[in-house]
Amino acid sequence: MSEAIAYYPGCSGLGTSKEYDASTRAVCRTLGLDLVDIPDWSCCGSTPAHTKDHVLSAALSARNLQLVSGMGIASAATPCPSCLTNLRTANHRMEAPAMAEKVNKLLDAPYAGGVEAISVLQALVEKVGLDEIKAAVRTPLTGLKVACYYGCIMNRPPELMAFDDCENPMAMDNVLSAMGATVVPFPLKVECCGASYGIPRQDIVARLTGKLLDVAKSVGADMVAVACPLCQMNLDLRQGQVNRALGTNFRIPVPYFTQLMGVALNVADEELGFGQLCIDPRPVLNKALSGADAQAKGA
Amino acid sequence: MQTINLTRDYDGDFVHRVEEESGQNVSLCYQCGNCTAGCPYTFAYDIPVSQIMRLVQAGQKKTVLSSKSIWLCATCESCTTRCPNQIDVACVMDVLRHMARREGLAAVPQVKTFWDSFLDSVKAHGRVFELGLTVNYVMRTGRFWTDLDLGPKIFPKGKLSLKPHEIAGKEHVARIFERFERESNS
Amino acid sequence: MRIGVFICHCGSNIEGTVDTATVAKASLDFPEVVYATDTMYACSEPGQDGIIQAIKDKNLTGVVVASCTPRMHEPTFRRAVERAGLNRYMFEMANIREHVSWIGKDREANTNKSVDLVRIAIEKLRRDAPLSPSKFSINKRVMVIGGGVAGIQAALDCADGGLQVVLVERESSIGGKMAKLDKTFPTVDCSSCILGPKMVDVAQHENITLHAYSEVDAIGGYVGNFQVQVKKKATYVDWTLCTGCGACMEKCPSKKNPDRFNEKIGPCTSINIPFPQAIPKKAVIDPTTCRQFVKGKCGVCAKVCPTGAIKYDMADEIVTEDVGAIVAATGYDLFDISKVTEYGGGRYPDVITGLQYERLLSASGPTGGHIKRPSDGKEPKNVVFIQCVGSRDKSLDRPYCSGFCCMYTAKQAILTKDHIPDSQSYVFYMDIRSPGKMYDEFTRRAMEEYGARYIRGRVAMVYPKDGKMIVRGADTLAGTQVEVEADLVVLAAGAEAAVGAPKLAEKLRISYDKYGFFMESHPKLKPVETNTAGVYLAGSCQGPKDIPQSVGQGSAAAAKVLALFSKDMLESDPQISRVDIKRCVGCGKCIITCPFKAIKEVEFRGQKKAEVIETVCQGCGLCTSTCPQGAIQLSHFTDNQILAEVNALCQS
Repeated sequence: MSEAIAYYPGCSGLGTSKEYDASTRAVCRTLGLDLVDIPDWSCCGSTPAHTKDHVLSAALSARNLQLVSGMGIASAATPCPSCLTNLRTANHRMEAPAMAEKVNKLLDAPYAGGVEAISVLQALVEKVGLDEIKAAVRTPLTGLKVACYYGCIMNRPPELMAFDDCENPMAMDNVLSAMGATVVPFPLKVECCGASYGIPRQDIVARLTGKLLDVAKSVGADMVAVACPLCQMNLDLRQGQVNRALGTNFRIPVPYFTQLMGVALNVADEELGFGQLCIDPRPVLNKALSGADAQAKGA
Repeated sequence: MQTINLTRDYDGDFVHRVEEESGQNVSLCYQCGNCTAGCPYTFAYDIPVSQIMRLVQAGQKKTVLSSKSIWLCATCESCTTRCPNQIDVACVMDVLRHMARREGLAAVPQVKTFWDSFLDSVKAHGRVFELGLTVNYVMRTGRFWTDLDLGPKIFPKGKLSLKPHEIAGKEHVARIFERFERESNS
Repeated sequence: MRIGVFICHCGSNIEGTVDTATVAKASLDFPEVVYATDTMYACSEPGQDGIIQAIKDKNLTGVVVASCTPRMHEPTFRRAVERAGLNRYMFEMANIREHVSWIGKDREANTNKSVDLVRIAIEKLRRDAPLSPSKFSINKRVMVIGGGVAGIQAALDCADGGLQVVLVERESSIGGKMAKLDKTFPTVDCSSCILGPKMVDVAQHENITLHAYSEVDAIGGYVGNFQVQVKKKATYVDWTLCTGCGACMEKCPSKKNPDRFNEKIGPCTSINIPFPQAIPKKAVIDPTTCRQFVKGKCGVCAKVCPTGAIKYDMADEIVTEDVGAIVAATGYDLFDISKVTEYGGGRYPDVITGLQYERLLSASGPTGGHIKRPSDGKEPKNVVFIQCVGSRDKSLDRPYCSGFCCMYTAKQAILTKDHIPDSQSYVFYMDIRSPGKMYDEFTRRAMEEYGARYIRGRVAMVYPKDGKMIVRGADTLAGTQVEVEADLVVLAAGAEAAVGAPKLAEKLRISYDKYGFFMESHPKLKPVETNTAGVYLAGSCQGPKDIPQSVGQGSAAAAKVLALFSKDMLESDPQISRVDIKRCVGCGKCIITCPFKAIKEVEFRGQKKAEVIETVCQGCGLCTSTCPQGAIQLSHFTDNQILAEVNALCQS
């Protein structure tokens, strides 16, 4: 059993990415990774805060880091790369005493530093380890061809994120390979999907997400596994908008990597929330798995 | 195209402030174009990011702060990651947005409105109320057709709460904003 | 003692921030100073004449010049005082330029500091004693390390000058990088056609001994008398018997090893002769892939060799070569393109280096001179060249320009059109660096006559899609992002210091820069000398160079060696350590400390004593600070002199 990690689900975990939150909790529980909820956590400010002001942005994140500090826990994991970036940036910027002073002026309770923020993916790879993850597989994802899409800020910039390769990250590839899936080489792993421009500039998302789906299809992926709520929304919920804008007819399921892990670890279906995705991956998943099964029996 | 008078139209104070607020030395940029090459948003920009860097070097404050590009940058960090001179270009773009806001400029108003709606939601509830944010944005921009097509897809999934997730410490979060506004105005 | 002091203006270099007249005037108050003046350029002919005249007129017995660094003009002034009849060591220099005027703006403070430095020099001079060098004989053999084009040129010029030359080459053939090139810019003449004859000359020259497949293991000695241990690596083939017939290569069953000569884009056998024109043309077994070594059984080559040259039990051998001078010509290596992950080098087979592309162009390469891309052997139509991969890039710690990539890329674009007339080349560049005779014209020809499309901007990423490599870059002149659907991507990988260069530099006791390139003695005036007497540089080991520059340096280094060897005896620097035998207790600490092995133990009336080998001692002074008895003193830098300098400083 590993040490406890504070868990920061991020606002979308309560809404548009409920299934990411649920599958993360279920997978971590199954693997013995102890996630402790942060009482009364608040929004990190996401992109809108840092585009307005760096002190405000750091303060919104630091409030949460301060709460974790109060729990006596040294690290916090979040499934959302945007939250992760903000939490890590706050830590980084507050290393400068002048900045820390400005930020703490905005807070009720000052944050003295000392809480490391990491992604759920990093926690799984580093705190549980690939060998243990592999050992826990009950239903290997044999036959499933999956492209791993990390999104733009999970690993960038490398000096700040300090995890995995910034151009060709492999952590998710390794995890899903350990689950028995066939990971197809996906060259646009870190290319931006259009981020939060879905609402103000749908045309941008259509173009960028369309490119990702196009390349995923060309490398023969059955589905695209993601680690970011915003990426998931753009690739899945907006796939219809992409098709209309570009005249394409993509129908590629876009599950969270934690959902796929859940299948391999025999987590109960109702905890994985596949039904909450727009394109339900289960038919493709079942077809791939049964195909492999038939092949195994035939052999 | 206008002739830029490099002696008279160079705003040294602007260059200095961009460098100070971003912590970057813009003279490190040798215009290789790698940021523009990697930027997924170049197609949507009015001025490519490498030229934004050039115009900052040249002290062209008005052109830079009135550009659409600075509002379309998603901070995807492609430029920062690949800059051969290790300039945090995304941070420079962020700082240019801060400066544009202070000058009352926003060349892509719907983006600014969306971000403002987001922050209003955080200020009011402590966390983002996704549905409330969308409605607020639509009301402020009058873009009633925005994502109307997604409603039938997402509502049946039970993901979009009709009520905000109020947190106990929401006053604390609101105070962060209030103190920030007080500090900015002082 | 009668001391004269000369304060140099160095034009405005010193006078600009130091009041030299005041310094001269202040000097007159110091002990034993009988004459002091300021002078416009002390190093100029009138400046030196002034010093000589003053020595004669005022009967001076010692001279202080306050001017630039002794590294610049100490030899100049020593010769001047010698011409006036003084011993050349009755001279001291105060550095009031680099240490004062160039680093401070406060004229008054600078003037005061200059006065202090002059006072220190005077106190040292008052304790100087005349020294005279001793003479020693030299061994007029020269070793050239590295058999690329620079080393070949140095070896041939020395050998033609009548010297015995030992050429040491790490690979099994000489030729270096140039042997791998197809054609050369800007004349597009065949590389092996112009290099080949020189390689043959090396093989046939009666004055040249070639140790191929060998490395320098250790170096002892000093200018005129070096002892170099050369490790002859085991080739597992007796080269005295091998005729280079190639029968072994034909029959070797282990055929799929990455061919290092072909930059690993082609296979080779475990027993191999790298290329047809190899010098020496001898086979070498790679024990890491040879079945006889890996599995313990095979022996095919031994069976087919008509001369019985195969020797599986061969071991490395050390030979010692005595030489009087050494030329380092160890060349460069290429930046590892897999470090630029966004370009996919090492991950995508159709992303290759410029040197790999040379092998594809070369008739003796793995494709017989037909351009075929590595992934599927198809002839590429759209070829993208990306410049500055591992050059001019601070983020990769490679801020320097590799110099020759712009030119070879233009050549490769031209050759691509020659090989495949319906092809299109694209060159992504930042700046075109073509400062050489006919160079810029050549790059223009690539564009104007051969239609290469030059795009000014870097490339952000390369990725495969549907059998093409998508290259996404910027055209900064057009202010846009651009994409090319390429069949093959050629990266102009930057030049790096050769693997192991710093280690060799330490053996040679020469300096190297932070990137591992060897340091020349002076960046302008001593480009092929080093700060270690008798060790010279040629070619890219000093920094990236193209072929003409490398050849020029090879000849320059040879000229330096020939000049050195034009004398039969060399003078040793008398500023060396000497042991006071009465105080020495024979503890041996100095012997352990000396980095030059210049101190030996001797027996004196039944007692152990230390003795300095005059010609080996470099005068570094480490022993003097190690000796617990103060029994070793460095001439011209004695403890008394240093203490007097400190006293002078503390009193002021």
